[in-house]
This record gives sequence, structure tokens and C-alpha cells, in this order.
Amino acid sequence: MSSTEKFRSEFRTWLRSGLTGEFAALKGRGGPGREHEAFAERLAWERHMAAAGWTCVGWPQEYGGRGATLEEQVAFHEEYALADAPARVGHIGEQLLGPTLIAFGTDAQRARFLPGIRSVDELWCQGYSEPDAGSDLANVRTRAERDADGWSVTGQKIWTSLAHESQWCFLVARTGRGTRRHEGLSYLLVPMDQPGVEVRPIAQLTGTSEFNEVFFDGARTGAENVVGVPGDGWKVAMATLGFERGVSTLGQQVGFRRELEALIALARRNGAADDPLVRDRLARAWTGLEIIRFNALRMLDGAAAGAPGPEASISKIYWATWHRELGELAMDVCGAGGMLADGAPYDLDDWQRLFLFSRADTIYAGSNEIQRNIIAERVLGLPKEARA
Amino acid sequence: MRFGEEHQELRTAVRSLLAKYEGAAAWGPLTRQIGVAGLAVPEEYGGAGCGPVEVHVVMEELGRTLAPVPYLGSAVLATQALLAAGDTGLLPALAEGRTTGALAWAENGSWRPEAVRARAVRGADGWRITGVKDHVLDGAGDGADVLLVAARTEAGLALFHVPSGADGVSREAHTTMDLTRPQATVRFDGAEARAVAVDGDRVLAHVRDLACTALAAEQVGAAERCLELTIAHVQDRVQFGRPIGSFQAVKHRLADAFVRVESARSAALGASWAAASGSPDLSRYAAVAKSACSEAFSAVAGDMIQLHGGIGITWEHDAHRYFKRAHGSSQLFGSPAGHRDRIAEAVVGPRAAGATSLA
Repeated sequence: MSSTEKFRSEFRTWLRSGLTGEFAALKGRGGPGREHEAFAERLAWERHMAAAGWTCVGWPQEYGGRGATLEEQVAFHEEYALADAPARVGHIGEQLLGPTLIAFGTDAQRARFLPGIRSVDELWCQGYSEPDAGSDLANVRTRAERDADGWSVTGQKIWTSLAHESQWCFLVARTGRGTRRHEGLSYLLVPMDQPGVEVRPIAQLTGTSEFNEVFFDGARTGAENVVGVPGDGWKVAMATLGFERGVSTLGQQVGFRRELEALIALARRNGAADDPLVRDRLARAWTGLEIIRFNALRMLDGAAAGAPGPEASISKIYWATWHRELGELAMDVCGAGGMLADGAPYDLDDWQRLFLFSRADTIYAGSNEIQRNIIAERVLGLPKEARA
Repeated sequence: MRFGEEHQELRTAVRSLLAKYEGAAAWGPLTRQIGVAGLAVPEEYGGAGCGPVEVHVVMEELGRTLAPVPYLGSAVLATQALLAAGDTGLLPALAEGRTTGALAWAENGSWRPEAVRARAVRGADGWRITGVKDHVLDGAGDGADVLLVAARTEAGLALFHVPSGADGVSREAHTTMDLTRPQATVRFDGAEARAVAVDGDRVLAHVRDLACTALAAEQVGAAERCLELTIAHVQDRVQFGRPIGSFQAVKHRLADAFVRVESARSAALGASWAAASGSPDLSRYAAVAKSACSEAFSAVAGDMIQLHGGIGITWEHDAHRYFKRAHGSSQLFGSPAGHRDRIAEAVVGPRAAGATSLA
């Protein structure tokens, strides 16, 4: 058995015995559009995983991880999805901040923060987007002033996932006076539980709230809580975005496959599968899913060879568009019944949530339009757009 | 799913020969200097003992230049049919490129094994075949020397070899919309034949998988070339004082084309690697690759014409050649919708009673 297969089998065995008893009811809970579901129970589950050493498996062993290879990490995500395990609550710290601190943090920062992420005792949120700085991150207006005791942060962040559950926020703030664009930004770690921080949930089209607005009004953090060189936070923030597009997306096609299989089963039950147009779209969705998988395999082979190829830059736009179309297809399979949200106050089913929430897939983490600009300019070498 | 150094060397060799010899003149050097016709033939029959991944590389390169050589018809269809049939006598000549082969397969515009109506009857002096075959690649009079024919016997579908110059065979060359891929209609009227495989369903199903896989690679190569030529054009062509490639409407269209080409490439690579490893899922992956690559190539060739503006709709510019090849290869071996119909049959389940099959 290869080391990946050994790793896979070990994790599968653990998941099978772990997702029983009090945790059995958590199967399939949470996820995009449903982050509110059973949050406390999912947190307990994740701490149970941590105690067995199944969080942060891709981190180097010296920081508490397992030093899992890329292939093993893919196996991890696949097995997690195959077991129908609940959506993760600590992924922002584990997949975004952790790798950032490992790459750019000081020894003291790693010693202070990595253990809390690994044990899921401290949850993190990401403070990048602002009302005027979404895709245009260089337009950040939140300011941080250095004084004798540390940093004082004032400004507004938006679309902050899980801010209401998090103890800490990593954010970019403007710290240089008179500087523009991506100069003079700093990457700061700020505690959420203090008088200068206010979190307001944003009600989404699904009726649920997993994003928030976060207002900082003279919020404090220690002088030691800046990652990288003050004023050079752009580089650190960009690295975090790179981690976001990394390995965690490789396992997601397993979840997509479960959605598609469930939709096909529904189409068979309600007769929609007899409609030649629906059949063609289901087959097209299946084709797209195979391509998502082959894209991921190419990405994996490329990363193993040390040179990610063009497949890395098409991955986001491809899967996001595919998932949005799956939501549209789901509504056609549901037919007229999909118009009704029976139950008080606004009780959507899984298909309705997929249809509505998948509209976010082509917006967050770099909208399709931003992805097209990246491909056109960085991959195809076309001339840059005039930018202010 | 990554090419090794030897694949890159093969690619470079094929590309430089195709740059040196234009049109059909490339076939001689390709077979003599690189041995492309025998790449996927075992060494014991005079080939190089390679497989579907090497075929993939060659097909991508042939697609880039739309080279009018009989590689697909002879080295893929006829040769792989003989290999699948286990009939090896003709292989050395085919592998060397001394002779070319043609597989007479489709009838009434369909490549489904079920669509075969040609009949083979055994008499005192051996088999005799009667029927009409469409879309025979390189099948005209001055083309293939080795004619393989799928026909029905009382026991089911079988594969036959009709000797060169046999009586009762007439070949009619067509003028094809895509002038770089010659096709013929071949009529058999009691023509003498030799049986090479009695399990024709298995042979044809396997050949169809390999043919779709190889054609998908060709489509990726051609689509990639369309994109390259178009990117070069939009950087040169100035309108309103700027290269048109700086306008977002153009950039986004090309970014989408790139997503199409690279996702098609993933599909084609997936099928080639599945073929190379003998995956039991090859049929499904081949159908995925053929449908996805056909649609990608058609869309990108269409974009090429649009983004070249007026010059794109002239005979003088190459864009129409790619556009026509895209159309032809989209229909060859079954349409994209037809292949999705096969996928639906497998993953959604049987079609409702009364509905007819597309593929």
C-alpha cells in the first residue's frame, strides 16, 4: 500500500468510528448557505478531530501538523466529503492564517497562535473586503495607527465569514500616511472580543447570515501582532489568497459529486429524467464534474512537479460556473414545487439553497470577471486595463 | 497526467517536421523519420510499442496544423481495429507506413455498432459482403490499401478484411467541407472478404473509445492554435488608438476561450491516460472528452473568426480552415449531444419508452 493509501485508510477508519454516537447527527450539516447549522456541535466535533490529530494535517510536524503531502491532503478532503462529515468551522485559521504565519510570521507569533488554531480553541475570520475594496483590495481604507502601546484600528470590513463566532481577525489596514494603492498596507492580527469591535450580521438571499459587517473603532492590538514588515502587508495578503486557491479546492469535487448524484436520483423519482433536455443537461453536468476532477489531477501533478500549469488559473472560474449551473438545473428538475418555501418563517430545501447560494460562488474569492482579467493579463499576456 | 521528457521530444520532432513539410507531403517523413504510424503498435509487429499517450501527443500536433495525413484513419482506426481483433498479419506494413488502412464502419451517418446493416454471408468460397459505408476516412480509390469492414453475420457483428482490388467494391470520394480530411463512400456488392474478428461489438466499441480519445487530442491541439493566433492578432490590431486586446470585451472572451481550451485539455488527457492504463471507465471518459473537446474547439474557432473581424471570413485567412475542421470533427464518430446521450444512459439510466437514441 502506498503511503497515501495508508493515510487514506487510517483517516477513513477514524472517521467511521468518530462520526457515531453524539456526532452521528452532524452528518451533512453546515456548509455554504447553512453555516448557522449546529455550530456549537460542529465546534465540538472539530475539537474531537483535533484531539486525535486530524486538524491541520498539511502543516509541518514542527508546528503540530502531520506534514501530509499534497496527495495525502487530497485524500483527506475526499474521505471527509465521502463520510458526509459536517462542514468545518476552523478552516479559515487552518488553511489561510496558519500557512501565512508559517511562511511570514515570527517564532513568537507561531508559538502564540498556531496551537490555538490546531486545537480549534481560537477561531479566525478574514478582514480583507471593505465596502469600497472588494476585488480591488488595494483600495483599503481601514487605518491602523501605531502608538506607545501597540496599534489602534479604525474602519469597516464586510463579507466577513464567521466573524460572529471568531476570537480573532486577520486584516489589512493602511498604516502609511500619504501612500496609495498597495503601498503602506500592514497585515494585523486583531482580537474580536473588545469594546472597539462591533459585528453586524448580513442577511443573505437564503435568509441566513454567515457573512457580517465588522466595524473597528479604535480597536486595540499589541505591537507584536503585525505579520511581516509594517507597510508591506500587501505581499502577505496576496500569499493568503494563494493559499485559499490551493489544496482545499481539490477535495471539493467529492461534495459536488454527491450533490449531482442526489439531483439525478431526484430527477429519476419525479420523472424529470425522461425529459430529453434535462437528460442532456444532467449528462453535461456529469461531463463538467469529470473535468473538474481531471483539472484537479493535473493541478496535483503540476504541483508535485514544482510548476503549477495553466490548469491552476482556470480551476476557480470552471468549478464556480459549474456549480451555479447545477443550481439552475436543480430548479428545473424540481419544477413548480421549487417555487414554494413551506414552513415558517422561510424554510428553503437543499436544492433551493444550492440555487440561491451558488450565485455567491462566482463572486467570492475573485469573481469570474476578476478571474478573466487574471487569465487575460497574467496567463495570455494581453495588455493591462487602464487603472487609476 | 503529465508528459515526460520523451513526450516533449516526440512533440518537438513532429512539430518540426510539420513545419518543414506542408500538407500531405508530411506523411512520408512522419512515418519514415519518426515512425508515427507504428507508435502504438507492439514491437513484435514492427511498431514502437508506445500507446495512447504518444498518440495523444501526435494528434495534438496534427491538430495544430490541420495536417491532411492519414494518421487518424490508418494509424488509429484501422491499426487499432486489427490490434483489438488480434489479427496481426497486416500490422508490419501499416506500422511502417508502407500501406495505409481504412475502417469502413459508419452507416447512415452513425458510428453506433447497432447501426451497422452491411451483411456478410459465408459461401463455398468464403465470405461475401454487401452494404454501403459512409464517412470512410481516406477511403477513396487512391487512398487506403487495406480495407477493414464492419458487417453483420448470422452470429452478430464481425470485422472483415476486403483485399485490395477485390471485385464488387466501388469507392466514391466526396468533396468535404473540411478539405483537409478526405472521406469516401464505399459500396460492397458481394465483395470477397476474410473474417478478422467475430466479436465485432467489442472491437468496434474499443476502437470507438480510442478514436474519440485521439480525436479529442487533435481538437485540443487545433483549438490551442486558434487561441494562439487570435491572441497574436488582438495584440497587433490597433483600433481607437489601442490594441484591441486591451479592451475588456475582447480580453474576457479570450479568457473564456482559454478556460475552454484548458478544461478540454484536462478531459482529453483524462481519456488518454485512462486508455493507457486500461481503465474500465475508458468509455465514459472518451465520451466526456469527445463531447467537451468538440464543443470547445467549435466555440474557440468561432471566436477566432469573430475576433479577426473581416479578414476572418475570407478564404485567404486560415480561420475558416479551423472552423471547418471544428465542424467536421464535432460530427465525426458521433455528435457532442450523442455522446452525452451515452453518458446519460450510463449515469441517469434508461431513456423513457419510445424515445430514440442519438449517438
